[in-house]
Amino acid sequence: MTTDPKTLPGADPHTGNREIDPVTGYDTTGHDWGGIRELNTPFPKVALIALVLTFAYSLVAWVLLPTWPLGRDYTRGILGLDQQEMAEEQLRALTALRADWLARFEDPDFGALADDDALMAVAMPAADRLYRDNCAACHGGDGGGGPGYPVLRDEHWLWGGAPPDIALTLQVGINAEHPETRLAQMPAFDWMERGERLALSDYVASLPSGAADPDSPGVPLFAENCVACHGDGGAGGLLNGAPSLTDAATIYGQDVQRIMETLWQGRQGHMPQWSDRLDKAEINALALYVARMSAEEGGE
Amino acid sequence: MAMTSTLTSTERQIGMALSILLVCLGLVMAGVAKQGPMMVHGGMAVALGLVLVFVLGGALYDQPEPSPERLTQYDDAPIRFGIVMTLIWAVAGMAAGVWLAALMYWPEATPPWPATSYGRLRPVHTSGVIFGFGGNALIATSLYVLQRTSRARLADALSPWFVLIGFNLFCVWAATGYVMGQTQSKEYAEPEWYADLWLVLVWVTYFALYIRTLARRAEPHIYVANWYYMAFILVVAMLHIVNNLAIPVTWGAGESFTIWSGVQDAMIQWWYGHNAVAFFLTAGFLGMLYYFLPVRAERPIWSYRLSILSFWGIVFFYMWAGSHHLHYTALPYWVQTLGMTFSVMLLVPSWASAGNAIATLNGAWHKVRDDATLRFMFVAAVFYGLSTFEGSFLAIRPVNSLSHYTDWTVGHVHSGTLGWVAMIVFGAIYSLVPKLWGREDMAWPRAVEWHFWLAVTGTLIYVVSLWNAGITQGLMWRAYDEGGALSYSFIESVEAMLPYYAARTLGGGLFLAGALLCALNCRATMCAAGDRVDVSDRPLVAQPAE
Repeated sequence: MTTDPKTLPGADPHTGNREIDPVTGYDTTGHDWGGIRELNTPFPKVALIALVLTFAYSLVAWVLLPTWPLGRDYTRGILGLDQQEMAEEQLRALTALRADWLARFEDPDFGALADDDALMAVAMPAADRLYRDNCAACHGGDGGGGPGYPVLRDEHWLWGGAPPDIALTLQVGINAEHPETRLAQMPAFDWMERGERLALSDYVASLPSGAADPDSPGVPLFAENCVACHGDGGAGGLLNGAPSLTDAATIYGQDVQRIMETLWQGRQGHMPQWSDRLDKAEINALALYVARMSAEEGGE
Repeated sequence: MAMTSTLTSTERQIGMALSILLVCLGLVMAGVAKQGPMMVHGGMAVALGLVLVFVLGGALYDQPEPSPERLTQYDDAPIRFGIVMTLIWAVAGMAAGVWLAALMYWPEATPPWPATSYGRLRPVHTSGVIFGFGGNALIATSLYVLQRTSRARLADALSPWFVLIGFNLFCVWAATGYVMGQTQSKEYAEPEWYADLWLVLVWVTYFALYIRTLARRAEPHIYVANWYYMAFILVVAMLHIVNNLAIPVTWGAGESFTIWSGVQDAMIQWWYGHNAVAFFLTAGFLGMLYYFLPVRAERPIWSYRLSILSFWGIVFFYMWAGSHHLHYTALPYWVQTLGMTFSVMLLVPSWASAGNAIATLNGAWHKVRDDATLRFMFVAAVFYGLSTFEGSFLAIRPVNSLSHYTDWTVGHVHSGTLGWVAMIVFGAIYSLVPKLWGREDMAWPRAVEWHFWLAVTGTLIYVVSLWNAGITQGLMWRAYDEGGALSYSFIESVEAMLPYYAARTLGGGLFLAGALLCALNCRATMCAAGDRVDVSDRPLVAQPAE
């Protein structure tokens, strides 16, 4: 039995026994910073095991996967994975899933396609996503349009509402960069006298009600200046980009104020060509979807 | 003024000279820029410089020389300033955050001016809370902890003021620059080149002050908290300089081009971004935890060995982890694997810190129950453990394929910043404010309890709602029909977020309410300052005359 405190178990060989913490039973390291002390608690085994496990995970990953740079090359990993190839592979698999039904839209007979219920059950939900991701931002989630953007769910069309017409509009756009884009412009009538413009605006604003005054001074002005594009009585439907004026949902609004504005400055809308972004089959599926949107609304 | 009362005439004169230099710098900036944010920022520097000239000049004539006794006391005046700035930035930065959260729920409420657009205000929130709130708290507490654990007064009287005032000038330049549309487009490193250079000057002074004071310490060993604070200062300097290397368009333009390009730019940015989390939002705050928790609990640190393991583990592994922000991108696969595996290995050192803090409370659990201040620190350690687990988990590549680009990331960040960083700061503030303003306790002790529950409830609501939001987004984005078409359009995934965005706004609002209560409580405490001397402060060892 030794009586030297410096040789007791847990004793500091320089200073002798250190203070024992009554709660944990461990001694302290002997350091003291303004009252803060540290226990000499041994390294917990569970931390060591956890450390080994995370290291093991990493070692396995390093062996399997590309990891360490070697100058101009890197360790490839025994799985031989390449993220570019993996992404392409996944893309191919998804494209293959779509290929079955999407191929049918390549050269469409829209009538026959629309009659195939099984095909529609797959294609129309897909076209709905296409619509929401590409069209809804301007034309509205329900095709209801908005100021500057035509309504798609009614029966009035600028360039025709049959699926092939819609498909072509999607393909080339309106006033877009496509060489065959559809072109349309509402010229400015700023040369017209203000009184005449007011009379014309009053008349056009009353068209949707169906109770336009046949003796209005706007009638001859309308016949001279507007009918050529907007059709008799403003019925539209001439497939030249000019909207029907008998429809309260006219693109830029049909109150007197808005019509005055349109007459004064003219209008030229823009719809991008989608041929850069969507392939032909997708455009055809979308055209059928939009045509059906309008037909469903008309049937209600 | 209290600010100048501890400065000698010589120090006041040097301070005035520095202030005049600041005025000149501002004049040059404004004169060279002639327009835009850089001119406005030059004007701010001139204004600040003039105010300082008058304050110091007035003190030079009116105030008596400080008593030599001050050299036997700790230098706490700059720390008090830092705490006040911490509270101001907390309220401003968190209010911006709650406002932006509300805008995500109700975007139509965005005011029509460019200055108030979401894109300009978002960095005001992030920089406001990280640098304004977090940064001031780190600088102030580091100077407090440094002096107490070294038993030495700060190495000189002017540097701490230069560091704190200079740092806040940087923060104000940053926030006002964003509102005026100025940004480098690097997340968490948005301020332009001249502000970055200014920060380098401030930061080098900060590091020098720290090292010089530490060299004068009367304790034989350097306490863990100081290792962490030093790692924070040193690594943040390195990150800041490398990521912000840029060439100004002209000397008069508050615009620049980064010298990095392509995927290297992305890698440098996220090496910076992740280590900003590691060394700004973790290492420094671990220093804070390592000091204030054992002092408040009056318990020894549970394990010295664990402290060593976590310090070196955290410092070493974090450096490699940044590339996990760029999984499944143009960054080569091998860099992603490295980032992933080092993130996983980082978990054990992180948990060792959290576990060490919680085990330190053994023998003091009754205090955790009764003392909301200590409970803030306990909850901080728990959230530190939770968020570091989540961080390592999200860094695993296949997990990241679900979580990346979703609000899960935002939820994860806030579990760290609200649950861990802000909680430990509040714990430190409630410990410090009574001591620094010579009182026994806060002016409204019960408000601390209220703040605690507001903060915990707010954090939980915020984090849980964004977990749900992020997982919902991730699942909706990757869902395909049998026909290989996407099951959901993007806008449907946005619409699905509404309830979660409402809940996160509520959570953030509760947290902000708590912070506001804290600021008011501190204000009341400061207004009723006493002259009580903190008995736990050990006497200083006599310093050689300066």
